[in-house]
Amino acid sequence: MDQLSQLNTGISILEISYVVASVLFILGLKMLSHPLTARRGNIFASIGMGLAIFATILFHQKDGKPIGNIGFILLAIVIGTGIGWVIAKRVKMTAMPQLVSFFNGMGGAAAALISMIEFPHISPELIAKTGMANGHVLAILLGLVIGTVSWSGSMIAFGKLDGKIGDMRLKAMKFVNLTILAVLIGFIVFIMTRNVQAASELTPLIYVMFIISVIYGVLFVMPIGGADMPVVISLLNSFTGVAAAMGGFLYNNQAMLTGGILVGSAGTILTILMCRAMNRSLLNVIVGVFGGGGQSSVATSGTVKEISLTDAAVLLSYSKKVVIVPGYGLAVAQAQHICHELDKLLEEKGVEVRYAIHPVAGRMPGHMNVLLAEADVPYEQLIESDEINPDLPNTDVLVVIGANDVVNPAAEDDPTSPIYGMPIIKARDAKNIIVMKRGMGKGYAAIENMLFFNNKTRMLFGDAKSTLQNLVNEVKSL
Amino acid sequence: MGNILGFFLIHREIIFIVILSIFLGVEMISHVPAILHTPLMSGANAIHGVVIIGAIIVLGHAVTTGSMILGFLAVVLGTLNVVGGFVVTDRMLEMFKKKK
Repeated sequence: MDQLSQLNTGISILEISYVVASVLFILGLKMLSHPLTARRGNIFASIGMGLAIFATILFHQKDGKPIGNIGFILLAIVIGTGIGWVIAKRVKMTAMPQLVSFFNGMGGAAAALISMIEFPHISPELIAKTGMANGHVLAILLGLVIGTVSWSGSMIAFGKLDGKIGDMRLKAMKFVNLTILAVLIGFIVFIMTRNVQAASELTPLIYVMFIISVIYGVLFVMPIGGADMPVVISLLNSFTGVAAAMGGFLYNNQAMLTGGILVGSAGTILTILMCRAMNRSLLNVIVGVFGGGGQSSVATSGTVKEISLTDAAVLLSYSKKVVIVPGYGLAVAQAQHICHELDKLLEEKGVEVRYAIHPVAGRMPGHMNVLLAEADVPYEQLIESDEINPDLPNTDVLVVIGANDVVNPAAEDDPTSPIYGMPIIKARDAKNIIVMKRGMGKGYAAIENMLFFNNKTRMLFGDAKSTLQNLVNEVKSL
Repeated sequence: MGNILGFFLIHREIIFIVILSIFLGVEMISHVPAILHTPLMSGANAIHGVVIIGAIIVLGHAVTTGSMILGFLAVVLGTLNVVGGFVVTDRMLEMFKKKK
């Protein structure tokens, strides 16, 4: 009797911990959506996670047996913490998208492994006890497929963003992918309709499904262009959430369920928001018709006019209002610090400097904000494109640094352009435009940018970092 | 048909949680400024690391060597997801501190 009451206390504490953890996840996500509370929100969520983990180790019971192998569990946690901590602390801020992708893949793999271990354990006794026949099997199979696709897809996305893997785009791939998907569904239906008593005999099928899922994840991400990678990562992020939720079904575990589903739904919405910022549908991104070479119908007329460093320095120093439009080129050149130096210098001269941030500037939504924040640019100075557009006609100089598609007027003028309808920063409304660029290459969307041929535009060719450095020197010597 | 109804009955609490969580997730994200999309994605990424609980349960009740090895791996990977996710998010948000 004494033992029984003790048992119940443990389980009660465990369940209460899960409720508290779920609340902390929700609060954390909520707080993450406001700049002032975001950091605390992240800490809240991590406390919830810690609580759920330790409560599980201490109080979880299966058939009355507590958690065993505690030494191994702690060792695994220590190893994972060590590696995760070091990677997370060391990686450069520009490499943030690949890092998120990498960690996401790890979660997916963990979900897949759980399914692989649990499948052979399905037994008639278990089903009789839990009363979950189909639900149990389905949760395991979906956890396996979704987790694996998320893992292999994330690894490919990681490789692509890191520049290790190129695009692969074949017409036939769409059909191959659909076929593989159909085969996977076929497997699930086949296993579901078998007598569950034969679970251990069906185990080899699980490994086949694993391999097919790996291939599907690879083929799913391979054809998608680099510019669309953030959308894919966000999508895979929500996949892993769903895979984690499958574990919640499996163990009837509320913390896993709420955490997983929250991320699944939030990730899906985030994915759709990102697509909307580029004026594209999710299907369009996945099938990948973008970046197929620039067949712009607007003939490139006119010539580009260059500006000397000295003239640029004078123009900037004697302006009242300057707006900087940073793009990924700025980040790649690691020029955000020197860019901030220029803006401080100009502010000292009484010039009002602001940054116009397009929602998809950088490689992830908000990525540019992170990069500029790293260079200590106060976020009050970062203005979203919708907000700054009405003020651009009063702007003396607009400086485009390493951005292209987000200032391309074709989005407004040319209905045949692939980016037509995408909200842009209306750069051409400014009184003067200076474009800093490596050369006349096209942006990610591979389309001509008429802004460069505009009468008000002056080009400043060269690497963003050294050009900015020279510009800073010029402004100083004025 | 009876099967489906039975399924719903057995899992009604879970289905309830799932539906509410979906609405909650959608509702929260719809009001997020674009500036926070990246940290948010990263933070959400850390939260789905909750899959580690499943990994701990698997390893904690593993008997065979095979499931021990796989379970061990699952806990390591899950921890990577959790720790890496939270630390990276914190690193990003650290930079959003309000400047004077």
